[in-house]
This record gives sequence, C-alpha cells and structure tokens, in this order.
Amino acid sequence: MVCDSCGHKQATVHLTEIINDQAKELHLCEECAREKGALMGQQFGLADLLAGLVDIGAEPIVGREKGAKCPNCKMTYSDFKKYGRLGCGDCYTTFKDSLIPLLKKIHGSNQHVGKVPTKGPKTVKARTEIQEVHMRLQKAIEMEEFEEAARLRDEIKNLEKKLKGR
Amino acid sequence: MKLNDLLNQESEWLKETGPNSDIVISSRIRLARNLERLSFSHWADEKEQQEVLNQVESAINTSNYLKGSLILRMRDLSNIDKQFLVERHLISREHAAEPDHKGVVISDREIVSIMINEEDHLRFQVLQSGFNLQEAKSLIDRIESELEPHLNFAFSSNWGYLTACPTNVGTGMRASVMLHLPALVMTSQITKVLQAIAKLSLTTRGLFGEGTEARGNFFQISNQISLGRLEVELIDNIERVIRQVIEYEQNARNNLLTHNRELIEDRVWRAYGILKGVRIISSNETIDLLSSMRLGVDMGILKDIGRGIVNELFILTQPAHLQKIEGKALTADKRDVKRAELIRKRLNI
Repeated sequence: MVCDSCGHKQATVHLTEIINDQAKELHLCEECAREKGALMGQQFGLADLLAGLVDIGAEPIVGREKGAKCPNCKMTYSDFKKYGRLGCGDCYTTFKDSLIPLLKKIHGSNQHVGKVPTKGPKTVKARTEIQEVHMRLQKAIEMEEFEEAARLRDEIKNLEKKLKGR
Repeated sequence: MKLNDLLNQESEWLKETGPNSDIVISSRIRLARNLERLSFSHWADEKEQQEVLNQVESAINTSNYLKGSLILRMRDLSNIDKQFLVERHLISREHAAEPDHKGVVISDREIVSIMINEEDHLRFQVLQSGFNLQEAKSLIDRIESELEPHLNFAFSSNWGYLTACPTNVGTGMRASVMLHLPALVMTSQITKVLQAIAKLSLTTRGLFGEGTEARGNFFQISNQISLGRLEVELIDNIERVIRQVIEYEQNARNNLLTHNRELIEDRVWRAYGILKGVRIISSNETIDLLSSMRLGVDMGILKDIGRGIVNELFILTQPAHLQKIEGKALTADKRDVKRAELIRKRLNI
C-alpha cells in the first residue's frame, strides 16, 4: 500500500480519523505519519501509560480520594486518573494516599533528598547532608580507606541524632 | 541575536570538543520546576499561563549568564521555525505542537535553553559536547541560583520539587547522554547492553527523546528515577554505566577492525560513495549513511574527512533546516532532491 500523503513510500501507519461522525481511514508512510503526528500533537508519552497506573496499591483508600478535589486548582481524583498528571503542587497533598504507593512504584522511594530551595525547609537539608556523607562513606569503603570510613560512620550517627532532636 | 542567526552557527554541543567525542555526542541535564500555587501548564487557564510567562521572562532578564539570549514566544514562530528548534534539540516536539502561551529562551551558543509552559512551567536544559555531565550540572546550578531569588518554586519537604508528572518529582532532574554505538549494533550486542541498562533504573531513547526510535545508531541514555536519590548519586550512577558502554563499544570497534576489517571498510566507503553521488535521498537514509561515515572518521578509515563536516550534515539535512536554507517551504519530494544537492556539495569540495 502506498502512502496517502506523499504517494510514493510504503504506508506502514494506519490511522482512523473521526470527523463529524464520519470515519476516515488514512494510510501513511512513517515519515508522513511523524509529520502529521507532530501537527496533531499526538504522542504516546509516559504520562499516558502512567494514567493506567494511578490506582496501583491504592484500593483501600480510593473511596475517600475518589471524591477529593484539590482546593487550589479544583482538580478531582478522576481528572488525575484521566490525564496521569497533577493539576498543581497542592494536588500532591490532596491525592497523597494514592500518590505514595505510586511514587514508591516509580522511584522506589517517597522521600526527597537533594537540592532544596535557598528558603527551603531545614529538615530536608539535614537529610541531604546525611545522604552525602553516606556517599562519601561508600567511596571510602571502595577505596579501602577504613579509618576515613569509620570517621564518616560516626559523623552519620551524629547527624542522625541531631536530625531526631529537631 | 535573532532566530535566523542560529542557522549560520554551529551549536556548541556539536563541536566535538568534549571528552570521549568519538562515541559520546553530547551530555544533557534538564531540571523541571514549577511556580508555587499556579496550576501546572496542562491544567492552567490562559491567565495563569500568561502569569507564568511574565514571571519567568522578567526573572530571565535579571540573569547575568542569560544576558543577550534569544527570548521567543512559540506563537510568533512559523511551523518551519518551530521544527527547526526541535531539530537543534532546543525544544521538545510537544512544545512545538501546541504553541499557545509557550515560550523559549536560548543562550547565545545554544548551550542553555529554557522552555516555558511545557509540561512544567520551566524546563531548563544544558547541552554540552562529549561526555561531560559534571560541567552541565554546575552550569545548570548556576543558572538556577540566578533565577531562584525571583521565582518561588513549588517544593515539598517530602517530595522535593513538585512536577506535573509524578515521574519527574523530587530532584526534577534528568541527566542524559547521547551515544553513537554502531559497532555494538553491527555485532548484535546492543540488545544485551540495553537490557542491562534497563535493569539499572536507566532508560534508552532515540535521537529526539521520548517516543522516538534509535535512528543512525544513536542512543540516548538517561536516569529514570528522580526521587529519593541525590543529584550527585543519579549522575554518578549514569556515569559509571556510560563508562562501561563506551568500553564495550570500543572493544566491539577494535574486534571488527581485527577480524572483519573488509566488512567495516566496505560499509564506510560504500556510505561515502553513495553520499558523494546521491541525487535523491530521504532524511532517514541520510542519518544511516552519515552514521557509517562517522564511524569511518572515528576509526581512522576516512582519513581526509573531519568529523565537523559529518556533524554539520547531520543537522543541515533535516527537513526544517533544508527549508530554512532554501528560504521557503518544500514538499518532501523536493526536500529529498535538495538534501542530495547539499550533501554532494559539501562532500565534493
């Protein structure tokens, strides 16, 4: 089959467009399909797949969040499920019961460490510092610098004590 | 600086000045950031999107590094110009597809670009030549710290920088490295390598990011996880893996030279021969043949050709670039002819 658009390349992409209840079939070669796809803005991204994962591990609490609506941006749980994307930063708190299992599934964690805005919370900074020393400890062990490793292990203990005392 | 000036300049990341340039094309770091309280781009109304554009643009005007950058509104650009920016890896395909209330900022040597109102309010990227994530990281940190005092980023102590898609939350950072791995493909080892990479929380994409195939033996490897690990850990992890992949590719190239010299020489010279005499050629075939030529240059088979010409051709033979050079829109058929002309002209000097 020849491409409907350029008329000379082999058509490998077959689309059905529905305009005014009329189904129209379109056979395109890869290149024309890509051009058309870019125009229509249709792409199967990660977010589309994610939309299907939203409910993972969230069964027991779905009832409560199903009716939930973000007070800031008015996104509902079913909107979130439909788009696979959140509406605003506050949605993370609104839908937290569904998000925590999802974040664990994606990242293997639900606790941020790393960069913090200058005006950001001190506890994250402290956790990040501990993680940094952990990294140095790993490196020291790899290099067989055991005295340094012992010192770093004590440093971590002290930092953890300080974090708990906050 | 104007958009058309980009056509006559070689992007910094293509200059092959960075480490391991024979295998690693470029290193990229991007950060996703959103402004507090305002809805994420896909959920925001016009007023909110405009607010984001205004806030970000005025913050950018205070930055020292970004002084003299090109600040564009996507709506003001023609389809060819938008595609042109995609081809130069300065914006995503998605950003070009829906231009309303979207903007882009491009630094003078195209090292830094900032998409405004893409999936997140801000998507910063730093693109460096060769295997050079460290430098990319320090530059992106510098730019963020210049903008930060003027913008309140959405941040939570539990989940870090908050993003529209939960796959980017936390550090909001994606580090990626673009590799040219023809020998691993030729020796059918690539699947094994990519499978191993997937097990290490890394993903592989094609030349133009998400949803694109690996054309011309180019593979983009990046971190999948963004939450629960330090930025330095994420970078360290990807660097260790890339170092291994570089070694595998080098071994595969050496093996081919020792045991299958004719096979590889034939492939390289054949590609060069076709490109020198071609009259009609698609962009896909061009990418494949240029990949073979590049391998020939990297392995010292094509001694009189610089990597610069090959790189230049990779960029200039793309559809929007051809049309910018010609100064008008061209059908796919016409482009195939013009592309062939351009290649012949550059290779027959």
